[in-house]
Formats: sequence, structure tokens, C-alpha cells
Amino acid sequence: MSSHLLNTFRATEDRLESLREEARRTGRVAETGVPIVGGPIPREAASVSGYYGQPILKPPVWTWQIGLYLFVGGTAGMSGVIALTSLLSGQSLDFVRAALGVAFAGALISPALLIWDLGRPTRFLNMLRVFKWRSAMSVGVWTLLLFGLFAGSSFVLVEAAELLVQSGVPPMAVRGMALALVAGTALSGVVLATYTGVLLGATAVPVWSAHHKLLPFHFGIVGLGSAAALLELLGFRIEALNAIGLTVAAAEAGVGLWLEIARQGATARAIHDGTPGLLMRIAGLLTGPVPLIARIFGWVPVAAVCFLIGAVTSRYGWVFAGRFSANDPEETIATQRGN
Amino acid sequence: MTTNVRHKYVAEGTKVGFFTDPTVCIGCKACEVACKEWNQVPADGLVWTGNSYDNSGSLGGATWRHVKFQELDRRVGPAVEGPATDGTTNPFGWLFLSDVCKHCEHAGCLEACPTGAIFRTEVSSVYVQDDICNGCGYCIVGCPFGVIDRRPLPLPGAGGAFKCTFCYDRQIDGLTPACAKACPTESIQFGPLDELHARAEKRVADLQARGVADARIYNPMDTSVGGIHAFFLLLGPPEEFGLPPRPEVPTVYLRGAWLSAAMTSVLTLATACLAFALM
Repeated sequence: MSSHLLNTFRATEDRLESLREEARRTGRVAETGVPIVGGPIPREAASVSGYYGQPILKPPVWTWQIGLYLFVGGTAGMSGVIALTSLLSGQSLDFVRAALGVAFAGALISPALLIWDLGRPTRFLNMLRVFKWRSAMSVGVWTLLLFGLFAGSSFVLVEAAELLVQSGVPPMAVRGMALALVAGTALSGVVLATYTGVLLGATAVPVWSAHHKLLPFHFGIVGLGSAAALLELLGFRIEALNAIGLTVAAAEAGVGLWLEIARQGATARAIHDGTPGLLMRIAGLLTGPVPLIARIFGWVPVAAVCFLIGAVTSRYGWVFAGRFSANDPEETIATQRGN
Repeated sequence: MTTNVRHKYVAEGTKVGFFTDPTVCIGCKACEVACKEWNQVPADGLVWTGNSYDNSGSLGGATWRHVKFQELDRRVGPAVEGPATDGTTNPFGWLFLSDVCKHCEHAGCLEACPTGAIFRTEVSSVYVQDDICNGCGYCIVGCPFGVIDRRPLPLPGAGGAFKCTFCYDRQIDGLTPACAKACPTESIQFGPLDELHARAEKRVADLQARGVADARIYNPMDTSVGGIHAFFLLLGPPEEFGLPPRPEVPTVYLRGAWLSAAMTSVLTLATACLAFALM
């Protein structure tokens, strides 16, 4: 602690020296702050709002793992949906296996990313102390756990199906159990792919809460499109996946257009300006018009690759927009004043 | 209020609060020091921000009381007035406001916490159990006042979320929170919430009678936050003091967001079903 204090005081002395030097050289100090009204240093930043332009909110502390998790969780969850619908419609067992494999892999990668991001990773099990309906994070943790159990067990069951039948288990029983487990994967999967929108929406961050109805839809459909695109790249060029890709790309083109032209009110800057604005526009193109046109011309791999890159970019765009938004006091004030 | 008589608020379950009155604050920072010393909050740098005499920046993981030094381009009642030294007759006002966790009636951080580390005490304050918090960071975006934050490395306890404890440990022993006890001007008043509300209303009426038309209480009762237990007297709009004008507890967005999630779930299941059935 004493070493902290020493460092701090040394830094402060340096700072005073540099201020003194700047004042001597230029006759005034134009750093942020020092806007002493009527004081010897004239107020420079009259337009600064709030308390010296400082953020009213705290920006999210989440690091790069969370943006990636939003993508991986969404893709895995919606892969469960594709597994169920393909099982029901009698697709090849290889395809069902692949869809379940994507779901299971995502269910393994997701918790690793989430635990990595924790401030105290060794305490990750504390997440399972309680269940809270009103905490989207708590609902999400339990959903991810449930999804992992369903995806893992159905993946193992489908892999072992032939062995089970050979060893005398009635095929009807195997099929029934597989259907039940895959249905569980799909149902927990849709929650896993959409709750992340609720997670961001139900916060004090203006740009997230302003879009609390859009985000679950946006993340959900991008998850479905990513799952389809990933399975196509794994070699399954199925018409149904292309149809899903087309539908999602059309919907995403709509979302992108809406984000571009709609009035976001006070949160417009976080959507359109700076790094988040750039990421959102790139993501909007890569998940909307680009794969739409590519699929119309039958360039499926191009569409799939573009969509996956766009899907990742989109999640990072929203995470960065949240950081931008929370750091902007004008946005916080204007949202609440209703401008 | 800073007597040595022990109170029984915890045993009686009385709602208590802070009433912070900047019109009598002298900016001495005794509250900041008392808070740091009593709660053993580590030093996190005394950087001269250049924003008036503010050297602790903002509330955070290692700053639980923060004295704001607000310079205003108008005269503010009984607060410090400075002569214009730039040759004009610009009026100048200087106010000090000791900011703190608001201990909301409906607390966003408490609702968001997935581990149950954050709970509401017998005196209705909001407390973070450091031995349970795993540093997920969701409370930070759940707070509409930007109070709670993760403590950064290399400080002791880094990784966990920290904020004002309302000196829960002292209150269990019937003692006044450290900041209120150390305050030499009773700018920070501690006591039962009802009593503080009455006292604050009287103070505002007194100030307005003396011609301080700007005087008002900052306590967002009419938003979903439902009032704050650490409330303030302000001379001007809340945003001038870095306080949100109409804070909302983020759980108000849950209904709409979950409804959207449910509809999206049905929609995506239907899309996949149709695609595989028709193609």
C-alpha cells in the first residue's frame, strides 16, 4: 500500500511540473478540466455537459471473450433447432450428428469463454448458488447448463445409437429417447440464442436498453443463420439450409436498413459513429445484402463465410456500442430527458 | 447525529439513509478518508483530474465516497462565491457534493447479480458479499448511477465488484457510518429515512425562503427506481452534478425483451421446420 502511495505522489508531482511548464510556455492550460469559471483560466469547454463531461454510467468491463461467446452461444443454440427439425424431417443421420456436434462443441466452448472473462474465474461455480428469474445472467447460466446436458447426451446417444440397437435395445426406444433429448437441445437452444439479447437489453446502458426488443430477435436470427452457414461449410449443401440462409439474410437486410435509417433518438451516436458504427455497418452488409445476393446467384460458400464473419462482427459491434454509449454522458442525459 | 449513543436500527429493521447536503459541505474530504480507512479500501491513485479540486475522479471499486467539486457559472445560494478575476463580472459558484452509492429502493445491481452475492440488509441498504462475488460484471451495467465497479489489478481484492457497504459492519454494532461520523459540518446526515425526508424538506423550504430558488431534493421516487436511500439536496438540475435525471431500474426492460425472445424462439423453430419440411 505504501508503495502505491509513493507512486501516486510521484505521478502527481510530475503532473504539476508538466502543468507548470505548459502554463509558462503557452500562457494557459488547455487540458481537459481546468474550466474554472471566472477564474484565472477561462472556461474553454462551455459545451461540456454534466460533471466535467464525465460518464454518468460505468461502461461494461467485459473483454473480448464476451463478444465471441455471444456468437458461439447463438450458433450452438440454433444448431440444436436445426438438429431437431432435421431429425423430424428424416434427414441423414450424418447431418443430425453434425448439427448436434456443433451444438455440443458450442456448449463446451461457451462456458470456457464465460469463465475466462470472470474477474475471479475460480469462483465460477458460485453462478449455481441461486436461480434468479429477474437476472438475465442467472437465467442464461442455467440455460447454458441445461443446453450442455441436452446437447452432450443427445450427441452421445446418436453416436452410440447403432451400438445400442445391435446390443438388443429396441430401435423404437432409441429413437424415442433421441427425439426427447434433441427436443430438449432445441428448446434450451432457442433460449440460449435469444437470452443474450435480453441480457444486454435489461441494463442501464442507453443503446442496449433502447433496443431491448430488437436485440433478442437480432441475436436469435443471426444465430440461426450462423448455424446454417457453419453446417454448409462443413459440407452439407442441403436445400433447407440454403432456404434458412436466404430467409435470415433477408431479415437481416431489413434489420440493417432499419438500424441505418430509423431514428435511434439519443442513442444514434453509439449506433452510427466511431468504431461501433463501423463494425455495425460492416456486420449489416455481411449478414444482410451480401449473403442474400450470393445465395440468389448460388454462391453458397461465399454467402456462408460472409455471414459468419458478419455475425461475429455484429456481436462485437453491439458490445462496443454499449461501451461507447455508457461513456457518453450526453446520451445518458438526453435519453432520460426524452430528447 | 454523530453522537456516541448506539442505535438499534439493524435489530429493529428500520430503513435508514444518508441525506447529503452540498450547501454546507466544505469539500474537506474527511468522508473519503474515513471511508477508505474504516473499510480498508486500497489506494487507487490520487490523480489530479484538473476538474476543479477533484482528485478522486469518480465512484468505483476503490472509491466509495467521492467529493465532487462543481464550478458553476452562476451564484449558488449560500455556497462559495468567487469574484470574477478575468476582468468580467461573470458570477461564479462553487459547490461540493459528496457522492455515494444510492442504495436504491429497487436496486439494479442487486437484481442483476447472478450469484446472490448482493443482498438487501435489515436496514434496507444494498450489500455486496466479497467472499461470494465472482466478478461477472453484470451489476456494473445494471446500476443506473454508475456506482459499482470491478476493482482493477493490482489492487487487493481485484476482480470483484465493490461499492459502499453503508458501513453495515458498523451499523450492526449500532454505530453511524464512517463518512457521516467524520463529516464536520453534518453535510452527510445519517438516520431513519422518514426522519431524513422530513429534515430535507425543511431544509429546501428554508433555502427557498432565503431566496435560493434552485434548491431541490434529488430522490427519483417517480421512476422505476422507486426512490434512493442515499439522497441529496441539489442547487440546479441533477445532470450538472453527474446524476441521471430520470434513472430506471433495468428490470423494467425484462418483460419486453423476454417477449421478443419468446416470439423469436417460435419464429426460428417455425422457419427451420418449414425449411426442412418443404425443401
